[in-house]
Parts: sequence; structure tokens; C-alpha cells
Amino acid sequence: MTNVADPLAQRSRTTGLSVIVPRSEAVLIPLAALLAGSLAFSLFLLLVGKSPLTFFGLVWTAGFSTAFSWQNTLSQVSPLLFAALCVALPARLGLVVIGGEGAIVLGGLAAAVAGAVVAGWPPALALGLMALAAMACGGGWIATVGALRIKRGVNETIASLLMAYIAIALFNHLVEGPFRDPASLNKPSTLPLTESLRVGEMPLIAAHWGVLVGILACIACWVLIERTTLGFAARIAGDNLRAAQVQGLPVGRLVIGFTALGGAFAGLGGFFEVAAVHGSANASLIAGYGYTGILVAFLARHNPLAIIPVAILLGGFAASSGLIQRRMDLPDATILVFQGMIFVAILLSETAYGRFRIFTATYWEGR
Amino acid sequence: MSRPAKTTQGAFSVEALNMTMRFGDFTALDDVSIRIAAGSFHALLGENGAGKSTIVKAIMGFYRATSGTVLVAGREVEMTDPKVAQGLGLGMVYQHFTLVPSLTAAENLVISRADAPAVINWKAERARLEAFLARMPFSVPLDQPVNRLAAGEKQKLEILKQLYLGHRFLILDEPTSVLTPAEADEVLGHVRALTSAGELTVLMITHKFREVTAFADDLTVLRRGKRVGGGRVADLTPADMAAMMMGEAPGPSTRQRAATTGKVVLQLDGVRAMDRSGLKPIAIDGVSLRSGEILGVAGVSGNGQMELMEILTGQRHISGGKIILNGAPYSATRTEAKQHKVRYLPEEPLRNACAPRMSVAENLAFRSFDENGGERPAFWKDSAAIARNATALISAFNVKTSSPAARISSLSGGNVQRAVLARELTGDVEVLIVSNPCFGLDFSAVATIRDRLVEARNRGVAILLISEDLDEIMELSDRIIVMSEGHIAYETPIATANVAEIGHYMAGHA
Repeated sequence: MTNVADPLAQRSRTTGLSVIVPRSEAVLIPLAALLAGSLAFSLFLLLVGKSPLTFFGLVWTAGFSTAFSWQNTLSQVSPLLFAALCVALPARLGLVVIGGEGAIVLGGLAAAVAGAVVAGWPPALALGLMALAAMACGGGWIATVGALRIKRGVNETIASLLMAYIAIALFNHLVEGPFRDPASLNKPSTLPLTESLRVGEMPLIAAHWGVLVGILACIACWVLIERTTLGFAARIAGDNLRAAQVQGLPVGRLVIGFTALGGAFAGLGGFFEVAAVHGSANASLIAGYGYTGILVAFLARHNPLAIIPVAILLGGFAASSGLIQRRMDLPDATILVFQGMIFVAILLSETAYGRFRIFTATYWEGR
Repeated sequence: MSRPAKTTQGAFSVEALNMTMRFGDFTALDDVSIRIAAGSFHALLGENGAGKSTIVKAIMGFYRATSGTVLVAGREVEMTDPKVAQGLGLGMVYQHFTLVPSLTAAENLVISRADAPAVINWKAERARLEAFLARMPFSVPLDQPVNRLAAGEKQKLEILKQLYLGHRFLILDEPTSVLTPAEADEVLGHVRALTSAGELTVLMITHKFREVTAFADDLTVLRRGKRVGGGRVADLTPADMAAMMMGEAPGPSTRQRAATTGKVVLQLDGVRAMDRSGLKPIAIDGVSLRSGEILGVAGVSGNGQMELMEILTGQRHISGGKIILNGAPYSATRTEAKQHKVRYLPEEPLRNACAPRMSVAENLAFRSFDENGGERPAFWKDSAAIARNATALISAFNVKTSSPAARISSLSGGNVQRAVLARELTGDVEVLIVSNPCFGLDFSAVATIRDRLVEARNRGVAILLISEDLDEIMELSDRIIVMSEGHIAYETPIATANVAEIGHYMAGHA
């Protein structure tokens, strides 16, 4: 039996590049896609007669160059982290959920309404209840998408997108109707939260606590997926549903659980937007974070740890929007065009995995 | 004599002579010759993998044969491209429909033409279609969207489409597999009328002896890539055909078999479900499986075996009856499977039993990843245990992989099957449910896998072996049941098993 593949012998032969290069595929391909998207966007800028160099220079200045610009950037990061988790968690089960925006606005509304109810309570307890209300609302909303998929075979992408529109309509109805603060005249809002129920800024860093909680949530999700048996079962089901069924795995419960968790995080994102940024639920909450979160999750290839740097990068892009508008005389939709081009490049790059021999271990063995 | 052009009316002959087709080391067709006389209805019989599709694809120009010649109307033709075949008037009707469901029959016919104009003059086309149908022995409603037609009507339309395109030699690839017997008789009756009238020559791939005896003039039987028999249908009985198709009855297995008489572990009674199409009922009665035996479930593909597997794995809803395992109802949850020590080996393991984008090590851990010795499943994943498990199973079952971290989809078919077998046969196993374990595997992989199954049987495992390969059933089983049309048609112990009789029940002559 000389031809028996001994994995131990194999492992000792695989050293250095044959281990590192294959692993770098997951980083290099998204980076290449990011670059390709930026190049395509540069062409777009040249077509409208603007300088791409000025553009990227301004993104740097406004997003990342000074402490002040970092503060700007980080203020955008919290909702992006939570919204991206709402995409990345279901994605592990093979579901493309794009309706995180709905869970964010409903979560924000639930937090604001709960805040009005528990106004006199001890702040720690009250804030906890507000966060819980937000998570329950967001989680329930997205879990419905998962349940529709499992029980009725409804396409989760379309269901989540349409439910996001319903959520926004519901939000507008409630904020302009039953929950409207009579004092909010031009901009219908819920009752403003009392000062004790506002989430403040973290010491040293000029950003609210949502950023830290978001980062911790990303780490927790990574642990859930990579280190627990639940995450393992979810990966099996996401890769091959039939195999998961043959293994007797509770596919339905996994789908509903992961969609609920994703939605709960999006709802928590809404809570921080209300409690740390706006002080009440109003139309400012419908800012498209749920949609940018989709881009973040795809760029991070649904890896919760990678979501953190990607959210910071895209937060920087969003933060530079105002400066670009003023300095380059471009509409603020320009950033959306940029994001859209990156997204298309990322989606195209999905076909590139496994195509390059340079990323295979065998290519580097014996070199 | 000129080449038959599209406009030629009437049937012509097609001959494929000394066709050999190799894919790498594998010989799919070995010096096979078929002669289909003008205006005849020729049946092509054979088990799965016998080479029926290969020779048909070579005739139609989808494959280029390694060697051999194709003669159309007596003239040698280079079948380099399907377009050449179509240009000569050769057409193919597939098992599944190729019509556009939302368009009407008339629209489907007109757009199928290669020369359909960009702007269609429907009035003129309509008149031409009516004239065309008037010449045909059967017709279909022209103005109904195709998705409102019954399966039989759709298949008639497929055949009309070929005739409308001017094809006078048709290959029908299991044309009745989605039809009811009555629909099948009607469609094939019309085809038969066309061949008798000298309008058409037909080569039909089929599994069903009944259709061969009722409609075909001539017959060719393939087995393992070789022509093993044929002749005029009138001179042959279904038993002859079964004997040719199944080959010589293999002797009982040479593998060491321990004498085992176990208790009944699995019982299926009154189990009712619908098949994939949702139209035909599946009814499983009186199946019992004992420990220490291999119960072979024979049957021609598509007679409910896939559904039986899905019922047993909990993937198909059952509308009646119960699966009884060790006296308790069983619904294939992970807890129950673990408690009763039930394992599965589905067919096409990469598609049905593996997560292709996960690593070999991870795939090997599907049974064990949530075990921690206790009653409840573990919460934390033990990566070290997964790696240990992988190393042990890879060497014990001789799985050839570049590394345990390689994606399982990078392995060859035989190694994927060995990996799945390693996973499912390791640990305490009482019941093993297997479906077509050796599909598409090479000789040595087949031998190891069958050895492992017999070895497990000798250890006292109860094995349900669903297989479309009758040789495999005959070689491995202690007892054989035959599935036909979604129910159990026949049962026999191996000692009295007779291939011709089994073939008879497989072909639906209950």
C-alpha cells in the first residue's frame, strides 16, 4: 500500500506560499473588485468632466485624514455594521436577504416608543428594554422572511425587499399618526427621548457606543459561525440543503433562527440611531443604511470579522459625500453611483473564485 | 441519388456502423452497429449507462465518435455538428419538454424554425400550419398556451414540431417517461402510423418492454457499451429481452457472508406519498428489513425509488402510513437517526450528501460534529476533534485527497463516495440506507464500496440497497424486492431469484 495518501506527510510538505497564497484568494479577489469598481467609477467621473484624483483625494481628506474626519466616518459605521450582519447571517444559510432597512426603521421606532413608555425608569433598565424592543421588532420582521421561505417557498430576496417597503410605509404611518409628537411640526417625529435615555459617546473616541457594540456583535457572530456547532450546521445547510436534510439537521429552525438574529441586529442598529443620533424616530432614520449594509456584507464575503474594516471604509465614503458635493459640485448621489459600481464589480468577482491556478496549493508545492 | 434534403418527403434509413466512443480511459461504446431501415420503428434497449445516449448523441453530432461511420440514406456523412444532422432531416425528441410553456402551440412551432423571420406574418403562417396539420394523422389545439396542454399533448406537439421542421428521422429519448400509459399508447400509436405509412423512421430509447412489443419493428440491446442482442421484435419475447438487457445472471456473490438472522428493525406499511411530478402516487407496503441482511430494491429508473429514498431521509412528506424503526415511529430527525443509529448513503454523493464548498475534513464530520458523549448536542465545535476524525477516516478508507483542508468537490467521484462511506459507516451503525452507491464509479471503487457494504452486513447492519443496477442487486442482496410504478411489485429471497422474472416485474408486467 504505497499509494495511500498520508495526510500528515502531505502537511509537512506544504509550507509557506502553498498555505498563504490559497488563503489570500478571499482577500485579493474582493480587493481587485474594489479596484475595478473604482476604475470604472473614474471613467464615469472623466465622462462628466471631473478629476478622479480630486475625488479620491477628497474621500481621503473627508473620511480618514484627521481625527475630525474619523469622527465623521465612525458616526456612519454603527448602522452599517448592524445592517451588514442582517445580510451576512442569513447568507450563511444560502439566503440573500436584502431588506435590513425595514428592520432598522422598525427597530428604531420600537426603541422610540418603548423610550416614551419607560421614560421615568432607571436609565440602565430602560435602555435595556428599549434595545430589547428594537431587537424583537427587527428580529420578528426578518424571521417572517425566513419563515415564508421555509414554510411556503417564497423567495427571501423579493420578500425581504418588499417587506422593507411595507416597514417604511408602516413607520411613516405610525410616526405621522398615532405616535406623533404634537410638538413636531415640520418634521413628524415621535416624542423626543429624555436626556437620561440618550446613548452617549465613548471616552477618547468621538463616536457613540453603537460602534463598539456593533464591533462586538460582529465578533460574536464570527464565533457563532466558526466556533459553534450551530454555525457549522448552518454552513452545511447553506452549502447543500439536501445534504443537511439527509443529516437530519433542523433546517427550518436554523433558517428562522439565523434570520431572526440578523433582523435583531438590524433592529439594534435602529435603536442606536434613535438613542444616540436622532433622539426620536423620524424620517431621518430612513437613510439607506440597510442597503449600504448589503454592499458591506458582500464586500466582506459574509465574513463577520471582515465586515468591520469594510464598514469603516464605506462609512468613510459616506462621510465624504458632503465635501465632494461642495468642492466638486457633484450631486450627493455620486457616492451612490460609486457604491453601485463597486457592487457590480463584487458580484462579477464571485465568478472568479477557483478560476486562478495561482491560488491552488498544488501550484505552489515543490517551488 | 442525391442527399436527402429537408424538403424530401418520406422516410430514409440511418445506419451507425462500428461506433466506438472513448472518454479518456473509459469506453462508453465498443464497436456498436445499428441499422435502422427506412420507415421502421426501431427500439434501443439497455440499462442506465449501457451507452444508449452515447450512440444517439454520436448519431446526432453532439459527440464525435472515436471511430465509426454514420450513413444517412446509404451515404456516409461526417456528423461534425448537430446542425449537420438537422440539415439532413434528423431530429430528436427528449424525455423532458423543450417547448416554451407560455407560448401557444402555433407560436412554438413557428419560432422553432431556424429561418423564422424577424417579423412574422401570422395570417400566412397560420394558413401554412393548418395545411401542415391537415396532412398529419394527429393534431393538437394550436391556440392554447403550451402550459395548459396535458403531457401527452405536449409530447405530440414535440413530435409535430420535428415533422414541421422537415425531420424525417426521429430519435425519441424515453418519450413516454412523463406520460400515463394511455397517453403513451396514443402518442406511440400515432408515431407507429407515420412509420407504417413510410413518412418517418424512428429510433426510440426506452426501458419499457411493453412499448417495444406493442410498437417497434426491430430492436437493439446495449449492455456496458456493447451490442448484446437484437433482431425483429416479432421473434422475441419480453423474457428474451430482459435476459439480453440484464446479461447472464451473475452467480451469487463470492464475498464471505456470515450467516445472520436478525430481528426486524425497519418496517414500511401503508406509506403513501406523491412522486416528484406530484401526479403519480407512491404506495409502499409490506417492506421489512432485518439486521444483518441486505434487502435489494430493484427497479427501472423513475419507478419511485428516488421517492422512497426521500421518504426514508425525511425529505418527502408522507400522506399516510408510518415508518416504524425498532417498533417506534421514525421521522428522520437528527436525534432519531442518532438514537436508532441510522445512516444514509444517497446517490450522487456530492450532490446529495456533501457540502461541496466545505473541506474534506468538515464533510467527514457531518455525523460527529455535535457529539460530545452526552445526551444533548454539543454547543462548541471541536476543531481538533474534526481534524483527528478526518485523519483517521482518510487513512482507514483510503480517500485520496491533496489535504484534509481541500474542498470535497476537488476529489474524484470514487473518493467522494469513499469519504461519504467512511463518514456513514464509522461508529455504531444499525441501519444503512443506500441508493445507487456505485453510479459512475470506476471498477476498483465499485469493488471497495461493495466490499464495505457486505462487511457491514456481516457485522449485523441492516442494509436497504436501492439500485438500478440489477447486477449489483443480485450480487449483494439477501432478499430482493422490485419497485414498479411506485409500488412493490415482487419479492423473492436471493436463492430463488431469477433475472428474467425480476426483469418481467421491473418492466411492469405485474
